Amino acid sequence: MSTRTDFVSGMRSAVGPAAATLVLGISFGAAAAAAGWGIAAPVFFSAFAFSGSAQFSLLTTLSAGTAVAAVLSAVLINARYLVMGVALNDSLTGSRFRRALQAQALVDASFMVAHEGGGRFNIARLVGATVPQWSCWLVGTLVGLLLRPDPELLEKCGADVVFPAFFVLLVLDEVRTSRAAVAALLGAGIAGGLLLVTEPGYALLAATAGALVGVLPERPAPVKSGEVR
Amino acid sequence: MRLWLSILAVTLANWLMKASGPLVLGHRTLPRVARNVVALMAPVLLAALIVVDLAGPDWEGFDWTQVFGVLVAAVAGLARVPILPAVLIGVLATAGLRLF
Repeated sequence: MSTRTDFVSGMRSAVGPAAATLVLGISFGAAAAAAGWGIAAPVFFSAFAFSGSAQFSLLTTLSAGTAVAAVLSAVLINARYLVMGVALNDSLTGSRFRRALQAQALVDASFMVAHEGGGRFNIARLVGATVPQWSCWLVGTLVGLLLRPDPELLEKCGADVVFPAFFVLLVLDEVRTSRAAVAALLGAGIAGGLLLVTEPGYALLAATAGALVGVLPERPAPVKSGEVR
Repeated sequence: MRLWLSILAVTLANWLMKASGPLVLGHRTLPRVARNVVALMAPVLLAALIVVDLAGPDWEGFDWTQVFGVLVAAVAGLARVPILPAVLIGVLATAGLRLF
């Protein structure tokens, strides 16, 4: 497929996550308005950081503690990008600067959409998938800032189901082998256990250890009856 | 000023973390074993994100009505309902439960 086709295909695949991002963006905008952040700061934050978890984290912790602790907590929650960035590296092309620029399209749903299997990622699909999500995140932030919808009403409408539901549907598509299923269960178990003793950022980072299942040697595929080896 | 500096710091850290591959590894490719690990990173992170999203810190955010909606969406997905309608069915299931 051409780069253009991959880009468009990535955009199409991300329509669902983008819709979820819009809802989440509205929640962030409304919460930022309620916290007295004004208009420019949340819009800048959404446009350039484009990270729901880090933005919500800073929003909730900045008013409660020191700025350093709030920044560290927001950075920590995104520490998984360190691992994801390394995972993506083999699929990036061009100079180091160009590759670093391509990597900025990295967000959770795009990482899944761009995964071609075997650790390879389609970068045109990655960028294509990020465009609608980024646009919806920015528009959602603006809508939330201007309309300030009641967070309780959003929750009553089931808006909090949108993101995990999309992720569950994506993981069902992603778990194609028993090895991937074991790794996913391990990741979920590690994250769930660690949430009891540490912050979500650490739990997510530690959960990546579930992928170490990939170190184990693969079992040879069973020989089908009548098949000559 | 405090708000803007915090926003700039988080934004810059985010850029650097996303660029960690090119910045740390450059053009070096990963060995085969590492590639096998990387191949499993997507499902692992996705599964962990679902748990973190549903449970929240210390599992205090756990809400069975939310989990029910997610499960309904998953069943719809397994029944080959397209992704957007499947999510909508899950949202409606949770909204319906919360009405009562």
